[in-house]
Amino acid sequence: MADTIPLTPVKLTAKDFKSDQEVRWCPGCGDYAILAAVQQFMPELGIPRENIVFVSGIGCSSRFPYYMNTYGMHSIHGRAPAIATGLSTSRPDLSVWVVTGDGDALSIGGNHLIHALRRNVNLKILLFNNRIYGLTKGQYSPTSEIGKITKSTPAGSADSPFNPLSLALGAEATFVARTIDSDRKHLQSVLRAAAGHEGSAFVEIYQNCNIFNDGAFDLIKDPSARDEHLIRLEQGRPITFGADDRFSVVHPEGSFGLKVQEGGSAIVHDATVDDPAYAFALSRLSGSELTTTPIGVFRDVQRPSYDEIVRKQVLDARAQSTGTPEEMLGELLSAGDTWTIL
Amino acid sequence: MVDIAGWIFDHTATVGNGPGPLRKEWRRSLEVTNCGLAIDRLKLPDRVLWRFNVAAPAKRVEQLDRVVIRFAGDSGDGMQLTGDRFTSETAQLGNDISTLPNFPAEIRAPAGTLPGVSSFQVHFADYDILTPGDAPNVLVAMNPAALKANLAELPAGADIIVNTDEFTKRNLSKVGYAVSPLEDGSLDGYAVHPVALTSMTIGALAETGVAKKDAERAKNMFALGLLSWMYSRPFESTLRFLERKFAKRPDLVEANKTAFQAGWNYGETTEAFTVRYEVKPARMRPGTYRNITGNQALALGLVASAVRSRLPLFLGAYPITPASDILHEISKHKRFGITTVQAEDEIAAIGAALGASYGGALGVTTTSGPGVALKSETISLAIALELPLVIVDVQRAGPSTGMPTKTEQADLNMALFGRHGEAPLAVIAPRSPSDCFHAALEASRIALTYRTPVILLSDNYVANGSEPWMLPSVDELPDISVAFTTAPNAPDGKFLPYLRDPETLARPWAIPGTPGLEHRIGGLEKADKTGDISYDPANHEHMVRIRQARIDAIPVPDVDVEDPQENARVLVLGWGSTYGPIGAACRALRQRGLPIAQAHLRHLSPLPANLGEVLAGYDKVVVPEMNLGQLASVIRAKYLIDAMPFNQVSGLPFTAATLESMLEDVVKNG
Ligand SMILES: Cc1ncc(C[n+]2csc(CCOP(=O)(O)OP(=O)(O)O)c2C)c(N)n1
Ligand code: SF4
Ligand SMILES: [Mg+2]
Repeated sequence: MADTIPLTPVKLTAKDFKSDQEVRWCPGCGDYAILAAVQQFMPELGIPRENIVFVSGIGCSSRFPYYMNTYGMHSIHGRAPAIATGLSTSRPDLSVWVVTGDGDALSIGGNHLIHALRRNVNLKILLFNNRIYGLTKGQYSPTSEIGKITKSTPAGSADSPFNPLSLALGAEATFVARTIDSDRKHLQSVLRAAAGHEGSAFVEIYQNCNIFNDGAFDLIKDPSARDEHLIRLEQGRPITFGADDRFSVVHPEGSFGLKVQEGGSAIVHDATVDDPAYAFALSRLSGSELTTTPIGVFRDVQRPSYDEIVRKQVLDARAQSTGTPEEMLGELLSAGDTWTIL
Repeated sequence: MVDIAGWIFDHTATVGNGPGPLRKEWRRSLEVTNCGLAIDRLKLPDRVLWRFNVAAPAKRVEQLDRVVIRFAGDSGDGMQLTGDRFTSETAQLGNDISTLPNFPAEIRAPAGTLPGVSSFQVHFADYDILTPGDAPNVLVAMNPAALKANLAELPAGADIIVNTDEFTKRNLSKVGYAVSPLEDGSLDGYAVHPVALTSMTIGALAETGVAKKDAERAKNMFALGLLSWMYSRPFESTLRFLERKFAKRPDLVEANKTAFQAGWNYGETTEAFTVRYEVKPARMRPGTYRNITGNQALALGLVASAVRSRLPLFLGAYPITPASDILHEISKHKRFGITTVQAEDEIAAIGAALGASYGGALGVTTTSGPGVALKSETISLAIALELPLVIVDVQRAGPSTGMPTKTEQADLNMALFGRHGEAPLAVIAPRSPSDCFHAALEASRIALTYRTPVILLSDNYVANGSEPWMLPSVDELPDISVAFTTAPNAPDGKFLPYLRDPETLARPWAIPGTPGLEHRIGGLEKADKTGDISYDPANHEHMVRIRQARIDAIPVPDVDVEDPQENARVLVLGWGSTYGPIGAACRALRQRGLPIAQAHLRHLSPLPANLGEVLAGYDKVVVPEMNLGQLASVIRAKYLIDAMPFNQVSGLPFTAATLESMLEDVVKNG
């Protein structure tokens, strides 16, 4: 977390972060769980509410800011990362969070997302991925599996989905993580890591849309099945999963990627590896089918944030100049060839 | 007659030698005297040298009241710089000036071709002028392409100074001249001055030791020297400029100065130029002046907005011609607490600016028409959020990519109406290059005071044109600071983000970081006062109407009418950059005894309160625009008068002559 953000001595609670607005998602929507997890986590930051801002785009997920008793802006479809970039760069004292959906972030707003990540703007980006357009009532999204039958694709969608984490890594993201709406503990641990990261933190949250894409993540949620599919990444620990850790993530000799196999010597997870190829290889373990899906922090490396660099240029320029702004302006206006008429 | 292929100059006289360079030791052996017409033959070891001991022949000096010169050459010939320097010298002398560059659309079109021609026109006079001039009196053509591209615009009798060295077979054929126009009589109606600019420059620099390529490139300074001599310009500022520009290359400082001097001396000594001209200083208001382009002035106006609002300025921009220069200029001034972000696209650029405004900065985005189209959705968001935002549109000829380096005023409809929903905002347009400074400050003032996006409609003509600007005193610039809201504003201690100031109808600007005022805003319709989401029909009706009403209620100055004889029956109404040509046309008509009134709009939304009354006072209202009648339609719809549109969409500004003859017809025949 940037040391330019003030801390509050007052101990806040989850309740302090609940706004007076009635929450209006469909009953049973995964967004509720995420909201509750975030509200409960926020006091941990120790940041006064007024220094926290949630900026969102458009979508069910993007209603989020209304329910947070912080500053917030529900903006327009796809543009939250751009708006938050302006806010964050000009206000180092704010903790700026972006809430977005799979359509918002990866379809209409794809350009802003990748550029925010490559710049490493000091934003915590929470992408609620329900693999569907919720707000517009159920069209397929850029994360829907190919062949998805929806209202707009009665014969099945023809386009291959994005893997959001692979995309973020390709965009030079310095922090990339995945978590699940229903696992509050895990979700909060990822939020904690994201909040502690200086620069862009990209968090994909699998979120169930029980109206238009119910059960999309059942394979990794169902207590009876999930352990065979869910790979929990833990820093410094070998990457194994399944009953009695029977599966290992290994790096086969001569291969560029990672692979899941029974037994074998599992690689030890290190999110701080500088080479993004490692995190990328991890991100490729999960395909559309979710049969082997890592969650946790994939990548967490240090690079100066855009905000910091831009601000430093302003501060340096200011330090190198003398005079009041008015005097400086007077000098600027009369720079170059001038002449005087008496 | 002596055939001269090279020239050597010193400060007292001119010495020419036969083909081939002149060695230093020979030169030293030459005693230069000041004896008029004598031409000596000097036997030197391997050749015959002609020595010209030339006293500056007495040249006739003529007084002119105004001159229009166009420097034209290949884009690599440095014509913009030459024009700039001539302008600066002219400014030092105290003439009134107006300039207009004409860049090729291509960055580097093939050398010597028509698309590669770059030109710079400067109009200077001993009285106040309004335009860069309809047509040049003098054309400097550095190559056949420059001659061909500009000839059609030259009036009969105009002076043409041509660089004969470039009139080679190859260069002529590149632009489709079968025979050199210098030889086939086609230029008989003009006063042609053939000058071997390139070879004389190379000759003049033979001794300086600079590479031939560098010597050749200094030919624009030779041309500048010659023109400076012709028009009796003070040249110290140019010599100083060369020292600054080539500070790291003393050899080039010397080379360029020498070339300049050679050009000057050439004018002084050659018989090809018999007359020297003077244009006396214009009567201008006392003060300190600089010459400034519209884009520069606009950038400085934004910097001044930061200073006078005491806010950090945040500029989000995506490069686009002809607006990029504003981004370039402002990026240099971070010391004023200015942040500039070159965003990934125009949508991000305005988004970032709006985000910064939300955080308490003065958010600005600069672009041209295609960029405004992309920003449209975010502008509507800013209207819903009621946050300050300045959107600069330096218009160019559209639609689509159109003619990016040409001018047009065809984004007015987009500025006024080009958004979804009822989305009113303020629109203002500068009338001249220097006015861009004040228009930028005014746009910022309105944006901050009334918490609204403001579109500033500049265009390529004012953006790249220049004129003298009397430097304002910083203390006299308007204070445009506003206060953030820091305390609850409702009697019950609550904060109501959409409770309006009764006077400005602006809502509170409570920025993140303010304790106790945490609130959420967004694009969804808001309940009056509380800002909560509302789908209530009556509330929406109220909010739509109040958003319009608050823009309509922005106080803007009454429009002035210029009608010195106060007997005009015809009013010309313009807006933005057409001020100069309309004004010049009106003056010309009045000088001929034809009464005409001129009114010019700076504020296009809201319109000045007195406009209806003004319009009603005339039999005929003519609205010249560089579009197909966009303002005219607004005027007709709003005031129910039979406003007559007069339109030109050639990518070029109106000439005063075009407007004069059109208006003459209206004045005489109704
Ligand atoms: C410019 C624009 N285009 C389209 C829409 C319609 N729209 C609103 S939300 C949405 C998709 C939202 O999907 P997602 O981002 O996945 O959010 P979810 O509702 O699933 O949380 C669309 C297409 C819009 N609001 N604005
Ligand atoms: S449509 Fe889906 S995502 Fe949207 S609120 Fe309902 S359940 Fe949630
Ligand atoms: Mg979705």
